[in-house]
Order: sequence, then C-alpha cells, then structure tokens
Amino acid sequence: MSTVGKEWENSFEEIYDGAIDESNPPLPLFQKVYDGAIIATSYAEILLSQAIRRYGPDHPVGYPDTGYYLPVIMNLSGEKVTKLGELVPILNRMRNQIKEELNFYNARLCGESTAYAAEIIEAIRYLKGENLHVSPWTGFLGDPVVRRYGILLVDWTIPGQAVIVGKAKSTEALAKIISDLQAKGFMIFMAYEVVDQAIEAGLKLGIDFITFTMGNFTQVIHAVNYALRAGLAFGGIAPGLREEQRDYQRRRIRAFVLHFGERDEVQIAAHFAAIFLGFPVLVDHELPEDEQIPNWYIAHPDYETLVQVALEVRGIKLKILDIPVPFTVAPAFEGEAIRKKDMYLEFGGGRTPSFELVKMVEESEIEDGKVEIVGPDVDEIEEGAAISGGIYVKIYGRKMQEDFEGVLERRIHDFVNYGEGLWHTGQRNLCWYRVSKDCVAKGFKFRHYGDLLIAKFKDDFPAIVDRVQVTIYTDPKMVDEKLEEARKVYASRDARLAGLTDESVDMFYSCTLCQSFAPNHVCVVTPQRLGLCGAVSWLDGKASNEIDPTGPNQPIKKEGVIDEKKGIWASVNEFVYNNTNRNIEECSMYSFIDRPMTSCGCFECIMGIVPEVNGVMITTREHGGMTPCGMNFSTLAGSVGGGIQTPGFMGHGRPYVLSKKFISADGGLGHLVWMPKELKDWLGDDLRKAAEEQGLGTDFVDKIADETIGTTVEEILPFLEEKGHPALTMEPLM
Amino acid sequence: MAEKKKDRNRTIDPAALEVLARTEGSGIESAYDRYLNMQPQCQYGNTGICCTICIQGPCRITKKASKGICGAAPYTIVARNLLRHVLGGTACHSDHGFHITMVMKEIADGHPGDYSITDSAKLKMVAERFGFPTEGRPEQDVLKDVVNLAMEEFSRLDKKVYSAWLEKTIVPERLEKAMECNIMPNSIHKTIAESMAQTHMGMDADPVNLVFQSLKTALCDYIGMHIATDLSDILFGTPTPVVSEANMGVLEEKMVNIALHGHNPILSEMVVKAARDMKDEAIAAGAEGIKCMGICCTGNEVLMRQGVPVLTNFASQELAIMTGAVDVMVVDVQCIMPGIQTVAECFHTKIITTIPNAKIPSSYYVDFDETRAQEKAREIVGIAIDAYKQRDASKVSIPQVKHKVVAGFSLEALTDILAAVNPDNPIKVITDAIDSGELAGVCLFAGCNNLKVIHDGSHTAIAKELAKNNVLLVATGCAAGSYAKLGLMNGDAVEEYAGEGLKAFINRLNEANKDKLQDKLPLIFHMGSCVDNTRAYDLVTALAQEWQMDTPKVPFVASAPEAMSEKAVSIGSWVVTLGMPVHVGVMPPIPGSPLVDGIALQIAQDVYGGYFIWEEDPAEAAKKLLGALQERTWKLKVHKMAQEQYETDAISKTW
Repeated sequence: MSTVGKEWENSFEEIYDGAIDESNPPLPLFQKVYDGAIIATSYAEILLSQAIRRYGPDHPVGYPDTGYYLPVIMNLSGEKVTKLGELVPILNRMRNQIKEELNFYNARLCGESTAYAAEIIEAIRYLKGENLHVSPWTGFLGDPVVRRYGILLVDWTIPGQAVIVGKAKSTEALAKIISDLQAKGFMIFMAYEVVDQAIEAGLKLGIDFITFTMGNFTQVIHAVNYALRAGLAFGGIAPGLREEQRDYQRRRIRAFVLHFGERDEVQIAAHFAAIFLGFPVLVDHELPEDEQIPNWYIAHPDYETLVQVALEVRGIKLKILDIPVPFTVAPAFEGEAIRKKDMYLEFGGGRTPSFELVKMVEESEIEDGKVEIVGPDVDEIEEGAAISGGIYVKIYGRKMQEDFEGVLERRIHDFVNYGEGLWHTGQRNLCWYRVSKDCVAKGFKFRHYGDLLIAKFKDDFPAIVDRVQVTIYTDPKMVDEKLEEARKVYASRDARLAGLTDESVDMFYSCTLCQSFAPNHVCVVTPQRLGLCGAVSWLDGKASNEIDPTGPNQPIKKEGVIDEKKGIWASVNEFVYNNTNRNIEECSMYSFIDRPMTSCGCFECIMGIVPEVNGVMITTREHGGMTPCGMNFSTLAGSVGGGIQTPGFMGHGRPYVLSKKFISADGGLGHLVWMPKELKDWLGDDLRKAAEEQGLGTDFVDKIADETIGTTVEEILPFLEEKGHPALTMEPLM
Repeated sequence: MAEKKKDRNRTIDPAALEVLARTEGSGIESAYDRYLNMQPQCQYGNTGICCTICIQGPCRITKKASKGICGAAPYTIVARNLLRHVLGGTACHSDHGFHITMVMKEIADGHPGDYSITDSAKLKMVAERFGFPTEGRPEQDVLKDVVNLAMEEFSRLDKKVYSAWLEKTIVPERLEKAMECNIMPNSIHKTIAESMAQTHMGMDADPVNLVFQSLKTALCDYIGMHIATDLSDILFGTPTPVVSEANMGVLEEKMVNIALHGHNPILSEMVVKAARDMKDEAIAAGAEGIKCMGICCTGNEVLMRQGVPVLTNFASQELAIMTGAVDVMVVDVQCIMPGIQTVAECFHTKIITTIPNAKIPSSYYVDFDETRAQEKAREIVGIAIDAYKQRDASKVSIPQVKHKVVAGFSLEALTDILAAVNPDNPIKVITDAIDSGELAGVCLFAGCNNLKVIHDGSHTAIAKELAKNNVLLVATGCAAGSYAKLGLMNGDAVEEYAGEGLKAFINRLNEANKDKLQDKLPLIFHMGSCVDNTRAYDLVTALAQEWQMDTPKVPFVASAPEAMSEKAVSIGSWVVTLGMPVHVGVMPPIPGSPLVDGIALQIAQDVYGGYFIWEEDPAEAAKKLLGALQERTWKLKVHKMAQEQYETDAISKTW
C-alpha cells in the first residue's frame, strides 16, 4: 500500500542525516559542486536569454512525445512550461538558491539547480527540431517508452536504473559491466564516451534493450526526466509536491550513478542532482577523503566489484535465478530482434508447421525436469533453415487447473524472449521461433528451451506448478502429429472461453498490481473485460489468486446489482472505494461515459468520445500521431492516468475492443469510428468476427477510419458518411 | 632544478647558443639574461589571481583574503584578466588587418600609390564568397565591394547584422553554435568596446559570461586575421611553394644586411622591393649587394611570397644583432622587444621603427606613409647602406648555421599539390589517408617563443614526436620559424623524422607533383605568419565539409608549444571555439580559478567541441596531442560503425 502521505512531508531530508562528519566536511567536493552549478546555470541563462532574443518569449518549448511538459520542472515545481519566457523566473529561482556557504544541504540545492539548468539547456536544444539524434543515440525518451518500461521499473521487475557516464578504462571493462547489468535486467542510461565504447564492443543498445544511449553533457538529464515522469505517471503524486516526488524517487526508482574517468565541475554538480533525488554516485577512481561522502559519493576503483557495491549502496537485492543455459536470460533481451541475416534457424511464422502447448497432466504422466528432443538437434540442422518445430510442456501441480493452461502457455513468449539470441512471437500454432547465429555459436541446443521453460515456470508459478516436463519436436512427422493434438486442445479451450462471460461467473477479480506506484487505482477484471494493461485476463486473475491468495488479484463477489446494463454492482463499488484510498465511489464496467473505470497509466489504448460524429475513437501507445479528438496519446494519457475518472475517456487493453461488453452500455462497437491502422491490422479477422457477431456486418471494419483517412473530424466525416457508418445514425452517446 | 634556472642558454638553436656563448660576460644583455633576473616570477600573477583593474587594488587572492576588495571572486578576476588578454590579441591582429584594409581602400578609391592588385584570382574568389558579382566588372569595382565589406567588419554597429567574414568561412553548424551561445560578433571594434566596458570594475562578475565574451572577442580576432590574410594575398599574391634558407647563417659578411622584423607585409614587401632596386648604391658603398631577411612574422610573410630567408624568430631577435652583421633592423608592429635598441647600441646596427603605435626611444623613426611607400622604403634601405659603412668587422661573427626551407603553402597551394593526386576532390587525399589510418590526423603548430620553456625546444620535440606518429603537420608564426631554422622544413627531414604513413603520404604527393615542384615537400608545411592561422583553420573547414560533419569530429589539433603573446591567447580561444583541442605549452594565468580552469580544460568541449590542454613537458604534450587525435579518429570510426550497424542515413552529431 501507499506510504505517500503527510507523514513524509519534510521528513525526506532525514535520509541524509549523519552522512557528513561535521568536524571534517568534504569542502573541496562542495566547492566543485558550487562551481559546477554556477557554470550550468550561467550557461543556461546565456542560452535562454539568447533563445528569447531570437524567437521571442512566447515561442513554444517542450520535448517531443510527452504530456509532461518539461518533466524535471513539472515534477519538482509543478510548473507546466510551454513557452520560453516562462523559463526565466524558474531559472532565476534556481540561480538564487545557489549559495556560497559550503555544506551538504546547499550542495544538494546546487544539484537541483543543475538539474533544472540541464533541463532548460536540453529544452532549448530541442528548439532545433525533434530529429536531433541518429540511432542508437536516443536523446529525450518519449512517454511511450516511459509507459513501456516505467511500470516494470517502479514495480521492480526491472531491478533498478543504472546511469553510467564518462569513459571507462577500456572498452572491454565497460562491456563487462554493461553486460552484467543487462543480464541482471537493469534499465541502463549511458552518456558520454561509454556510449562509444558500448557501440565498439557490439553491445545491444537502444530502446528495445532498455539500454538508452544518450549523447554528452546535459543530455544525461533525460535519465532524470524519465525517472521523474514515472513518479507523475504511476505515483499519483501531484506535480510540484517536491518532497513527495523525491521520496517516491528514493523509494521506487532504484537508481544509481556510475561515473567513469575524469570528472568536471558540471558533472560533479549533476552528481548532486542525483543525490538530491536520493540516488548514490560511485566514481571509478581514487578520490581524497575530503571529496567523498559515505553512502552517497563513493570512490570505488575496482571494476570487478563496482556493480555489486553500487547495488549494496542503493539497497538492491536481486532474485537470482540460475538457469543452466549457455546464454544470458534477462528481461533486457525481451525486445531483441533477430534479423534474417543474423538467424541460424527458425520455425513457424506461417512458413513451417509449429505449435506450443502447455498441458496439465496427472502425477503419473510426468517426469519432472525431463527434456526430450524428438527429431534432429541444432547441430544437425543447416544454417539458415526453416524447420518444423513444436514445444510441448507438461505440467503437474496439486493446485493446477485446466483453466490455467492458456495462462501459462502465453508466458512462453516472455520466457523465450528473455534469452539472449532467442526470439519468439505469436502463440499456439501461430508461434514463430528464431535462434541467432551468435546463440548457436555459444552452444545453444534445443534442450535449452526446455531448461529455460522448466526453470521459469517453477520460479514464477511456484504455487500451481510442481513438476514440469518439456518435449521439443523437430521431426516433421511428429510435429504434424502433435499439432493435431494441440489443435484439439486449443479448440476445446476456445469453446470453454466462449462460454466464459460476465454473466456465467459469480466472481470478478481485482488487480492492484500497480498500486505500488499508482495508489489510487484499481482494475476490476471480468471475463469479458481484461485489465487495461492487456496483460491480466480473468483467468490470469484467477490463477494469480491461486498462486498468492493475499496478492494483488482478489476475488470480488458479484453482488447487489445496481445497474445491469452499465455493469454497476454494490460489491464492486465497495471494493473500489476501499482500495482507491476512498477516492472513487462508484464505477461502471460497461460505460466510458458514466463513471468509467480509472487508469493507472499502463493502458494499451485510450478511447475518447468524438461528439461531432456520435462516435468513439481509440488510439494506442504505439501510435504517436494526432487523433480526431485533437490530442495524441501522450496528451490523452496525461488526463486519463493517475486513478481519476474522466467521463468520455478511458484506458483499456487491446483485446477489449473485441468483447461483447465493449462499451456495451453506450451502444457498443458500432460507435467505433477511428483507430490507428496498426491496431486494425493487429485485431484483424477477430474484429470482423466481432462485428459480425454484433450484427454490424463484416464490412463494418472498412467503415472505421484510420490515420490514412484523416486525423481530424473534418477529414474523417466525409468518409464515415460515404461508408454509411452506423455511429452517425445510432442513439446519441450523450 | 635551481641550477638549471640559472643557465642562460635556454635554447636549442645552435646559432643562438653560439651567440650566447660568445657574449657571455660581455655585459650585453638579452631576454635570456633578463629572464633569469626576473626569477622567481610572481605566483599571483602567474595563476591569474592578481587584479589591477581598479586602483583600490592590486588585489591578490590569498587564504586570508579570498575575495578582492570589491568582492570579486577568483573566478571573476581570472575570467576578467583572460578577457583582457584576448582583447589585446584581438586588437593587435585586427589593427594589422585594418591597416591592410586601408591600403586596399586607397587602391579601390583610385589612389594606389606604389601598391597594386597582384592576385586577381584571389580577389574574385573572396568577392564571390560574399556574393559580389565579378563577371564583366572592372577589378577596382569588385575590390571596392570587398573593401567596403571589410570596413564594415570593423565598424558595424547594427546589432542585427553579423560578421560576414566569419559566417562565410565556417561550417553552418559552427555558425549556429556561435548564434545560440550569443557569441556571434557584429563587428570587431564594437566587440572590443563592449569587452573593455565589460571588464571595468563593477561590471561583469559572471565567469561564464566573461569567458563567453572572451570567445566572442576571439572570434573577432579570427575575423581580423582572415581579412588580413585575404587582402594580403590579393595585394601581394597568394603564396606558392618557394625554396629558401633559414637561421643566422643567412647573414652575409659582404652584403648590406637588412632584418625585417614585425608582422605586416605592407612595409616589408616595399623594403624588399627597394632593396632589389638599390643594389648599385650598396655596391657603391663597398658591399656586394643588399640582403633582406626576416624575423618573426613579417619574415614569414616575405618568405612565403618572396622567398626572403629567415634570420631568426622571436626569442633570439636580439641575438641576431649581436652577430654584428645586421645593418638595419626595421620593425613595424608586434613582438618587437624594446631590448633590441639596447643591444643595437653596442653595435653599428640601426633600429628603425616605422609605425605610429609602435615606437622605441633612441631608435630611428621613419613614419611609414603608405601613400609614399617606395620613397619611405628607399629611405630605410639608404639608412642601411650608410650603416653598413660603419660596420665594425672586429665585432662581426656570423654563426655558420642555416638550413634549406621549402615554404609557401597557402591552402590554395596545398590544394594544388593534392589535386595532382585527386584532381576532382583534392581534399579527399587527406581524408582518405586519415580514414585509412595512414595519417593519424593533422596538427597545426602556432605561436611564439617563451623563455619559460627552452627556446625552440618544445616546438621541435613535439613536432618530431608527432611526425614519427604519422601526423600531418602544418605551422605558422614563430613555430614555423623554429622549424625553418632547425631544418625541419625540407625533404631531408621527411626521411629523417616522418613515420612510415606520413612518409608514404608525402612521397605520394612528391611523386604526383615531381614536374611541378622545385624541391621535395617538407616534413612540416609552412602556412604563413601568425596572422595566417585562418589558412590552417580553412583546412579544418574543408575537411569537415568533405566528411560532412561539424568540426569537433575532425581529427585535427593545434599546439602552441611556446605561447607568449596575448595574440596567442586570442588565437587559442577561437580555435577552441571553432571546435579544436588546443595545447598550450606554457601555463597561462588561469589555474588560480579552478572554475575557469575547468571550463577551459573540460567543459568547453561539451559546449564547443574544442578545449585546452596545458602541458609544459614536451614529451607529455606530444602524448596528449596524439591522444586527442586518437580519441577523434576512434570516435569517427565508432560512429561510422554505428551508422552501418543501425543503418542510419546520417552519422551521429555527437562529438
């Protein structure tokens, strides 16, 4: 539960108590911090004054793809800067808090001023346009990236954020440290020459690897404005509550700074920006006693133990899972793509037969830990081949239920992708596997799929998984044979799922997984409405509750119906009220207009009303562009997230669009007038089927506009009229 | 160490050493003696924390007094002194450029006097750079456009109009950098005035603001010197390869020896011409003829264009007189030690000062009126012939030290040589050699002599080490003087000192140009006087354009191993501003403020791409310069790797 509250106000500073030996304070260090803050703020002033001279005080200023204005400033002071001229009083305030008296408190204020200065300098750099960097350099990371990983960062799935700056003693030494952090699953920000060293070492860099490479100097502020947005997006802490925001950073963002090589004054002042937010700094060379602060500013020249010490100082304890495979397994490799030229072999993907199946079995039918290969192994397969392949996972557990098979089966996607050099997409008999040449060179054999899955299933689902056995089929005949068996299982599962409706169950499940960072939000998951993050279905909730009965997925008995059409129950209301810090009194399951469900910030999609055409539009996290409601995803997210009800707007998961309960109280799918083409493609035939089932006709999908038709009402209206979109003649939404 | 400081032989130049040895105990004092007398030098001044700007002071920063009486912090004092130094340098170079501009104005106005346009092609090139039409127009009209613009570059007051000479000679990224940092000058004189105001007591206390104004002022130095070079080329011709000699052995016992000392070719060119014309008068006086020779940068000017030999460089200017064989030392502006007059009084030598703002008591003063240039030059040569008659043979002792010099490498001349290898894209010859690793990069050696380090010792030690490591070397000013005197500016030096890559590179140029060149190309390419440093920077710009990137990515460094004058401070500052690492071989008065020092050494790189390296030890300095080049070639390599791996259209702008 949230610990954010009044009791934390003004007490945050206590974390620094006792750090300084008052009889021998590190004055030379403080002097450098002071000098650095002077340089940073004076430089920012020169740039700002000149930018105002050149472009005028009303010239817009901001980063691309964010609804959080200049996040450092918005977070710490609450000021939503949109124009250059607004920065002047802010910078003056920051200049004014730099004091000549040298002490730890003033040094931290110097750090804060330096962070502001860096944000201003970077914002001015972005006046030149949005395409300032080429890959793998990232620069400012837009909100989609914050949403993609921010949740994992604050719920500690990603164990922490390592900010790495400077130039290491050697490329090899740097590569070792980065690889170590990647294997541990860290989010990594790099600035200065460590980026060049990482490129030289051929490390996997970029957004997909949660390894963000920035340029030099003030660009390092993008690590800070990333972290600070997590507090705004998921913490539910109001902008400008400086102490609460700092406290959130200290508690939820497990960041630390590793500085390699020479330091300059501005960098040292920037280090104190980190300390101001509760993050320690480790330097890779000897420093005199009077330039260190125990637990906060530490010299640690030994590269071998640098990461370990950083974790200790920051209080990060890792859950280490030792899997006997010859490649690294970590979330950092989840987004790794394997291109054709780097691929050793593949199966599935519509080119060759493939399947993956998790099947619950009796105790007598399983040999725990056994991995069997039926057909040729990797070394018998030619490089570049597309083979037939199937993965059959048998699971026995005393609390295992047939309903959980699908839940566990879908995790194969994540588990396989965690492997460095392994790639997976799709599911069931539409799955697609690739193995890289590098991975095979490291010694990959098919049995390692089994080793990986056995370890991960047991580790992630200890309450329901007792024994696991995996068989990998590569013999084409056997694949075909087992594929038939799998198809039957899928079909029976689908039949069971089809009968699984909100009406057919007497229990919904809550999801409060995000409350560690979004204390005022609760998801109510029903069979026909999955969690807004797209990751928690009703069956997932049920399984999770089985695994951890006191965990985030609690059963909510469906009792005391208030409005059946809108989906309002007294029991649900009570649960929501009690679990949102008494913020949300009532909530409907099937309306986005009347008391809609709140959002934590993890939503895959946001829907919004388009009153001019009596319609609803949907945009996705992946779609950066404008939409017919006049806002892009980031801007919409700013008004929808954080546990508030915004009638007419709501976050939701992608598959919800296909549900019969999709805004059923408001008229349903027929109102859908616009969505990004990518979402339309992703939903594919399922959307046609859903439309047909709801009596809208299979051609309904072709009546939905997308960005290729237009992104304003004016642009899409003629299209809707021409196609005879039903929304135009349906009962008014409002 | 203490012993060493007492040693007055602070030079490696054998000619200078010979003169020093011969005059030891004679009572004739030179800078080498005065340097010893000056020890120990004031440590407050040395580190920059002595403020004499108002007469409450001098204020010096001590443990007890951590601020000036007005409250100025060390960072204010150091930054303000720095700006004052840059101002001195900028004013001097600009004064030089302005002087030439005024001569050009007379030509444009139809009063050429003894001057005329020598290089029409250069005039056309400069005019076209600024968009002035040239086709079918009388040369004088074109010149008028160029001169009017040059005059505006000095005098413009409009805040909204910026220096064209800067804008049109740098890459667009550098221009935008100067614009965004508010250091793009409107004009030279306006900037000098605002900087003087800014450094008055009770004005600017912000060290960053003062440093940025120093850079803006330094950019005016660039403008002034670029104008000087362009107009000098138009007036006297753009240098082409020339073979000559250098060091005191060029003095002739049987000739009238005229030493041309100072900086501006306006005077020296005229004297060289007059001397050629007055040979008969010299013979009549008993000499075999008249020989002109150069000291400092006016020496470089006439070497580059006329092949006039080099007598010596800055530190040893007095020693040249001590040979007893110099009849006249005619000087114009800058780097003229007043000590020359004192030494001259022990010999028959006449010192002739010529410029209203550079006079020395007791010297001859011939007011050099450009409208009567030949007449004045003849007057000077006449004084020399008269002096020759008074030469005391018993006092004459000419060190027999001289080396062949191959000089005259304007960027145009260099491009011409490269074109023999690649006619379509001459500059690519250099970028290819760097890309392939044959060359490690390019280094410009510039600047003065400074007896805080061994005369010519730092220049030569660093250059030899860089040559060994395959760095393409260019030089200007008294650095070039060192290399000329000590035999590093000829083909033999290539064989002796160049690493395999550099040797192969130069030999390829030799081979391609064998029909055209009178002699083999040198180890170090002489690009002119210190006012010609923009020639070397134009090379940086050309390299950046070829690579299609901003200058901070170009593997190019500059070194002033024996920096001394305020001009060196201003040059160094604009070279840093325009993106280059700059080594300074003598500690400048900056470390008194760690803040300003930190900006100069590190933070400047983040903002401008260039930065300073202070290093007095030549071996260490060479290591650091090579390190700076390696860092840039490494990054270039990595960024190209990234471009390929990530399939991006452009290369990273990060430096």
